[in-house]
Amino acid sequence: MTDTLTKLTAKDFTSNQEPKWCAGCGDHAVLQQLKSAMADLALKTEEVVVVSGIGCSSRLPYYVATYGIHGIHGRALPVASGLKAARPELSVWVATGDGDALSIGGNHYIHTIRRNPDLNVLLLNNEIYGLTKGQYSPTSKIGQRTVTSPNGVVDYPMNTVALTLGAGGTFVARVMDRDGKFMREIFKRAAEHRGTSLVEIYQNCPIFNDGAFTAFTDRERKADTTIYLEHGKPLIFGKESDKGIKLDGFTPVVVDLNDPKVSRDDLWIHDENDFIKANMLSRFFDDPDAEGDYLPRPFGIFYAEDRFTYEDALTAQVEKAQEDGEGTLESLLTGKSTWTIK
Amino acid sequence: MTDITTTNKGVNVTPKTSVTVLFAGDSGDGMQLTGTQFANTVAVYGSDLNTFPNFPSEIRAPAGTISGVSGFQMQFGSQSVYTPGAKFDVLIAMNAAALKANLNKLHHGGIIIADTDGFDDKNLRLSGYGEGNNPLEDGTVADYTVFSVPVVSLTRKALADTGLSVKNIDRCKNMFILGILYWLYSLPIDTTIKTLQTKFKNKADIAAANIKAVTAGYNFGDETDMFAQFGRFSVAPAGKQPGTYRRVTGNEAAAIGLAAASKKAGLKLFLGSYPITPATEILQTLANLKQWGVKTFQAEDEIAGVLSSIGASYGGALAATSTSGPGLALKSEALGLAVIMEIPLVVVNVQRGGPSTGLPTKPEQSDLFISMYGRHGEAPMPIISAHSPVDCFYAAYEAAKLSVEHMTPVICLTDGYLAFSSEPMLIPSPAELSEIKPVFAKPRAADDEPYLPYKRNNMGVRDWAVPGTKGLEHRIGGLEKANETGNVSHDPANHALMTKLRAEKVEKIADCIPLQTLDNGAEKGDLLVLGWGSTYGAIKIAVDRAIKAGHSVSHAHVRYLNPFPKNLGTMLGNYKKVLIPENNCGQLLMMIRDRFLIEPVAFNKVEGLPFNEMEIEAKITDIVKEL
Ligand code: SF4
Repeated sequence: MTDTLTKLTAKDFTSNQEPKWCAGCGDHAVLQQLKSAMADLALKTEEVVVVSGIGCSSRLPYYVATYGIHGIHGRALPVASGLKAARPELSVWVATGDGDALSIGGNHYIHTIRRNPDLNVLLLNNEIYGLTKGQYSPTSKIGQRTVTSPNGVVDYPMNTVALTLGAGGTFVARVMDRDGKFMREIFKRAAEHRGTSLVEIYQNCPIFNDGAFTAFTDRERKADTTIYLEHGKPLIFGKESDKGIKLDGFTPVVVDLNDPKVSRDDLWIHDENDFIKANMLSRFFDDPDAEGDYLPRPFGIFYAEDRFTYEDALTAQVEKAQEDGEGTLESLLTGKSTWTIK
Repeated sequence: MTDITTTNKGVNVTPKTSVTVLFAGDSGDGMQLTGTQFANTVAVYGSDLNTFPNFPSEIRAPAGTISGVSGFQMQFGSQSVYTPGAKFDVLIAMNAAALKANLNKLHHGGIIIADTDGFDDKNLRLSGYGEGNNPLEDGTVADYTVFSVPVVSLTRKALADTGLSVKNIDRCKNMFILGILYWLYSLPIDTTIKTLQTKFKNKADIAAANIKAVTAGYNFGDETDMFAQFGRFSVAPAGKQPGTYRRVTGNEAAAIGLAAASKKAGLKLFLGSYPITPATEILQTLANLKQWGVKTFQAEDEIAGVLSSIGASYGGALAATSTSGPGLALKSEALGLAVIMEIPLVVVNVQRGGPSTGLPTKPEQSDLFISMYGRHGEAPMPIISAHSPVDCFYAAYEAAKLSVEHMTPVICLTDGYLAFSSEPMLIPSPAELSEIKPVFAKPRAADDEPYLPYKRNNMGVRDWAVPGTKGLEHRIGGLEKANETGNVSHDPANHALMTKLRAEKVEKIADCIPLQTLDNGAEKGDLLVLGWGSTYGAIKIAVDRAIKAGHSVSHAHVRYLNPFPKNLGTMLGNYKKVLIPENNCGQLLMMIRDRFLIEPVAFNKVEGLPFNEMEIEAKITDIVKEL
C-alpha cells in the first residue's frame, strides 16, 4: 500500500464509467481539468465527494473515482451543505449547470452562497437546457431561438457573477471551457479558498447552443472581447495589450494605451478583495455582438473574501456546548426537571 | 414571607378520581405558564396527567377579544389519564372573553373561578357580551358554581408593601389564582415556590412577590367563607410506577427520541428542517442539544431541509427532518431519492388539518396516504406512528433504529394533538433502550475485490459506505442502478429486479417488528376497535367503558402502518366487526380493506378536533346493539 505516499494523478481520479457526453461537449474539458486539479491538490480519492443535481453537467460525479452523489434537479447544494455540515473534513465539490443552479435550484443557490459552507461549486453554464434537448435557460440571451422560444427569448438573462456577489459570495470566478490550464488554476484556487467558491464556466454545447461563447473564444476577437483578471495587475487587454480600463468617477472607460495622454498609472488595478470593484466588474456584461460599445468580459477571480464558513461556526457552537464534556445518553434522557415517585 | 394559613381546618374534603381544568385568559395573561405550574405540582404530587394548550392562531390577537383567548387544558387523576379531558370540571376565566369562549365546554354544575377585574365594561364590550351585560351577574352562569374573585385588586393589596411597580405586581395575579386552586384541590404549594426561586434566581424581589401572591391566593381560599362553605377536593396520587419522571410534550419527546437513538447507535444526529406548525418545536428542541453533539440546519425551505439530511446521512450521520403535511408534500421528490439511494433518514411528520394551509394548529390524521403512497414511482417507505406524547419518544427512536438497520427512509407520524400535549414520562435507563446497530462497510485494500455498494444481506439491506473510508469510493444517486454495482442502468429486467428488491427490503421489516397485541379485551369477540395514532386515549377509555358495560369489545392500536405486523390479518378475523375511528376520511380503513379484503366500519371525524371518548363509546354501543 503506497497510495498514501504516492501522489495521485488525474488517472487515479478517473472512474471506470465512460463519459456519456456528446463529442465536442465542453464538459469533457472541465472533467479533465477537475481531475488534474484534484491530483495537483494532492487530494485522496476517499476524502472527496462530488455532488450534482440534474442536467448534462450533473453527470460529472459518475466519472470521478471519488465518492459521489447524483441528486435531484436543482438541489445539489443542500445535499452538499448537509454533508459538509456533518463531515467538515471532507473535500466537497458540486457540479451544476445554469438550469440546475439558477432556475430550479435558485433558492438553494442564494442561500448556500450566503451561508458560505466550504464547497467548490462548478457551475457549467451553456445557456441552454441540454439534457432535455434544447430549451432556453435562465442564462439564455434575449432573442435566442430555441424549441420553447421559437420567436426568441424574452426572459432577461441571469448574470451569475453579479447574483453570486449579491448573495454574499466569498469566492467568485469565471472561466471558459477552452481555457484548460487557466481553468485548472482557478479550480485549485477555489479549492484552497475556505468557503463557498463559485466558478462559473462558460461551456459550449455544440449540439443545442453551439457558439454561444464564440464572441469570447474566437481567436480573432478574443483579445478584444475578454479581459483576464490578475490580482494586483492593471486591467489591460487587446491584441497588442494596448487597451486599458480606468475609472472615470464611477464609470469604467476603455482607454487607448498608445495615446500619450494616457498613463498606465491611471489604470484600474485589480484587487480581488475589493467588493465594490468586484461588483462593478460583474456588470461588465455587454454582448460584443450587440450594437455599440462594449466592455470586455472579465475572466478569472472577481472576488475573494476570508469569511467564516457555516460548518466551522456550527462546529464551534457544538464544541462550546461541550466545553464541560459531551452530554451522555443518561443526562439526555433525564433532562432538566424531574420528580421521583417512590 | 407569609405562610399558608389553616383557618378552615374542618372544611369538607371530597375525594375525586379525576379533574379537568381549563386555565383561560388573554394571550398576554400567561395562561400557559400558569397551567404548566399547576401541571408540575400535580405531577410531583404523584397524579397522572395530560395537558393540552389552546393558543389563539394569531400571534398578537387583540387583547380582551375572543380571538385573543389562550387556554391551557389539563386532566389529572388518581388513575391513568389518557387525554387532556373532554369537558372541564373547572374553568378559570381571567376575563369575560375567556368565559365566553369556553363556557360551552364546562360540565353542567362545574366550577368557574372568575377574575372579576377582567369583567369591567371594556372587557365586556370586547368579549361581545356588551357593556353592562355581566355574565357573572345576569344569570348566564346560573347553572354553575361561580367564585367571583377580584384577583387583580387582591393581588395588589397583598403585594402593596413589596415596593414593586403596579405592572410587576399585576404580573403576579396568576400566582394568586394558582394559590386558590392549590387550596381547592388540597395540593402543596412548595413545587411552585421552588420553581419560582429557580426561575427568578437573579431577581429576588420578583421571586418573593410571586411566592407571596401564591401564598395569598392559597390563604384567600382558606380564609374565605364562600370557599370554606363549598369545601375542598382531593385527588390521590395515581400510584404510578416508581421511578424518576419528567414531563414532555410530543414534540419534545420526538426530539429527545432522535437524539437518544443517535447516542445509542454511536452516530451524530443531524436535523435538516424548516419551521412549520406544529412541528417546529422538534427543531427548536434539537437546536438546544448541541451538548449531545446534535447539529441542526435550519434550511431555506422544506426541500433543502430533507436534502441536507440526505447529504448528512450519506456522510454517516443519523439524519432526520421534521415537518408537517405541506412540508411532507414538498419533500416528496427527495424521499424518492432516499428510497433509491437506500440510505437511512427519519422523517417526523407532525400531522395537521389539510389540505394546503388548512388548519395549521389543529390535529388531523390525514397524512397516512401521503406517507404510504405520496411519492412518484414505486417508492415504499416504512411508517411508524406514535399514540401518546411519551410514545413520540419511542416512535421516533424506533423509526431511527429501523432506518439505520434497514438502510431506508422511515416516516414517523405524530400529530398536532400529541405534539403539544404533555404527560409524565418515566425516564428509561440507557440500558432499557434497544440496541441500534448500523452496519458500515469496511475499508478495502487496492487488491481486494471491487466494492459493491448494492450488495445486500439476507434482510435485503446494503451496507452503509461512508466517505473517508478507503476503497469504498462509489457514486450513487437518483438514476436506476444496476444490482450490486450501483452503476447507472437502464436495463428493463434490472429495473424490475431493483423495484422488487427495494419493496422486499421494506416488507422484510415485518420480521423485525413486534406482533400486533391487543390493548384491551378478549382475543375473540363481537367488535374490535382498531385505532392508530393519537386516537389512543379516547378509544382506550371508550372500550374500557364498553367492556365494563358488558359488551364484547376489544381494542388494538396499530403502531406499524407499513409494513403491518404479520399477525394483524389473523387478529382482524377474530371479530364479527372491526371499527376504525380516524381523524380523516378513512385512510387506515382503506389500507386495511385493500390488504385484508374485509369491510370495517368507518368512524371519521375531520373537524380539526380529536375524538372524545363519549363519541367513540356511543359508536361502539350503536354497533354492538346491531350484532
Ligand atoms: S447536449 Fe450539449 S451540454 Fe449536453 S452533453 Fe451534449 S453537448 Fe454537452
